[in-house]
Amino acid sequence: MKHITLLAASFSTALATATFAQEVTPADVVFSEYGAVEASLTGVAGNAENGASLFQNRKLGNCLACHVNSDMSDQGFHGEVGPPLDGVGANWSEAELRGILINSKNTFDGTIMPAFFVETAGVRTLDKFAGKTILAAQDVEDILAYLLTLTE
Amino acid sequence: MKKITTLCAAISALALSTGFAIAEADAPVLSIDGVVIATRAPAPEYLDIDEVISGWVFRTVETQALQMDDFDNPGMIFVDQALDDWNEVNGSEGKSCASCHTGGPEEFAGLRTVLPRWNEDAGAVWTMEDYINNSLVEHMGAEPWKVGKAQMNAMVALISLQSRGMPMNVAIDGPAAETWALGEEIYFTRVGQLDMACANCHIDNYGVMIRADHLSQGQSNGFPAYRLKNAKLNGIQSRFSGCMKNIRATPYAVGGPEFTALELYVASRGNGLSVEGPSVRN
Ligand code: HEC
Ligand code: HEC
Ligand code: HEC
Repeated sequence: MKHITLLAASFSTALATATFAQEVTPADVVFSEYGAVEASLTGVAGNAENGASLFQNRKLGNCLACHVNSDMSDQGFHGEVGPPLDGVGANWSEAELRGILINSKNTFDGTIMPAFFVETAGVRTLDKFAGKTILAAQDVEDILAYLLTLTE
Repeated sequence: MKKITTLCAAISALALSTGFAIAEADAPVLSIDGVVIATRAPAPEYLDIDEVISGWVFRTVETQALQMDDFDNPGMIFVDQALDDWNEVNGSEGKSCASCHTGGPEEFAGLRTVLPRWNEDAGAVWTMEDYINNSLVEHMGAEPWKVGKAQMNAMVALISLQSRGMPMNVAIDGPAAETWALGEEIYFTRVGQLDMACANCHIDNYGVMIRADHLSQGQSNGFPAYRLKNAKLNGIQSRFSGCMKNIRATPYAVGGPEFTALELYVASRGNGLSVEGPSVRN
């Protein structure tokens, strides 16, 4: 459990549902040859609504910094660094999208897109982020659930 | 006399060889009080791009306009403050800058275009800040000014202004080569939790939007830059620091050897662009 802001929340979730033990750590993630990840990181179904808010959040997903997403046209300033995410829920499988979220470098060699759930992201990381993943395991599952709703 | 600060269309309509989207025919031209600023230039042959472009080109029309007339440029207020410092006696020797540099700041016309550069006596690459601090400490018996802080940024702006319109022309070879190579290495090394290098944004993605920001080539020819964001002059190395923090990386020390090497490398990526100082950015 690396994500500090959700630490407290996750502990209470863990106690309440006893899913904590099943949570996969970044080191245990199993990728396919092309970077897909079949198994859920938590065993808890993703919450698409929370995923949408993590997607916009500049301190967490911040996906809008780099991607246009027509589903969020009410939000100003969509970035253009990556491709638009319209229709990704139809164009990619769940396992592929999970892999892209966890570590897109396995799917797109050398990409600028950050790896959101890896153990050792980057050298010289600021102390307050050192050793932490950008997103918590359940955050990844929630954003994934949201991406799967983007079918057009 | 009325200032002529025109937002005129460029004559040339050459096809752009990069993916950068602003059509050349519609591109605004920066001229400040009659001094035409080269905001685009052919890239030096050691670079991986065809054209070098000033950060000014990527700003909004409103922000661009602030730099076209010194009366509108808020950075000029700090230049005036630096002129006061220029004439002020400071330190144990009872001297001001003016006591020795009797030609006034104008004496330094052209200096900004070649800095940072190798200083033989020091055996290191020196920035403008290093030269100023050397005069303060060695020639005036005064305390050095903090690199990246207001008083220093203002003096750097005053001295840079003397080179306005002149093309950047830092040397990357000879004794500076090793420092330049270190700067290049830093520029291409991915750092921080977001695991990005300067190059990922400022080479691979200039010209596109990253959320609300129009990504530029991250050039240094406009520094010190007055930023609307913090309403003050910003030194180049502080800007590097900001970019590193944004990708959640621990910045190198402002005024330290790594950032000085990076400053030389970044400056060399802008050789051919005019000195703007002080520029206006968002
Ligand atoms: C710094 C910019 C950046 C950020 C932030 C970013 N991405 Fe990406 N993303 C990219 C780029 C660039 C690509 C294209 C892959 C490549 O070739 O590098 C991409 C590709 C993708 C793809 C594959 C799309 C396709 O059709 O090819 C998906 C899905 C995706 N990103 C989702 C996300 C999500 C979800 C987030 C937020 C959690 C996110 N990205 C954050 C830059 C970014
Ligand atoms: C006592 C005389 C003296 C005073 C006062 C003095 N300087 Fe200097 N300055 C020099 C000398 C001599 C050099 C050249 C040799 C050196 O770098 O030490 C120099 C060099 C410089 C240079 C580098 C110029 C070049 O072409 O390489 C800059 C910039 C500079 N001074 C700025 C200042 C500023 C700003 C002040 C006031 C804060 C100042 N100096 C005060 C004597 C002085
Ligand atoms: C995540 C993308 C990103 C990375 C990585 C990045 N920057 Fe920037 N940088 C920006 C943005 C956004 C701006 C403000 C808009 C612009 O001018 O591009 C900026 C501005 C700058 C500027 C000011 C340009 C001007 O004309 O005002 C410089 C200089 C700069 N960056 C240098 C660097 C250096 C050196 C590095 C590596 C240490 C770096 N940047 C890393 C995004 C980035």
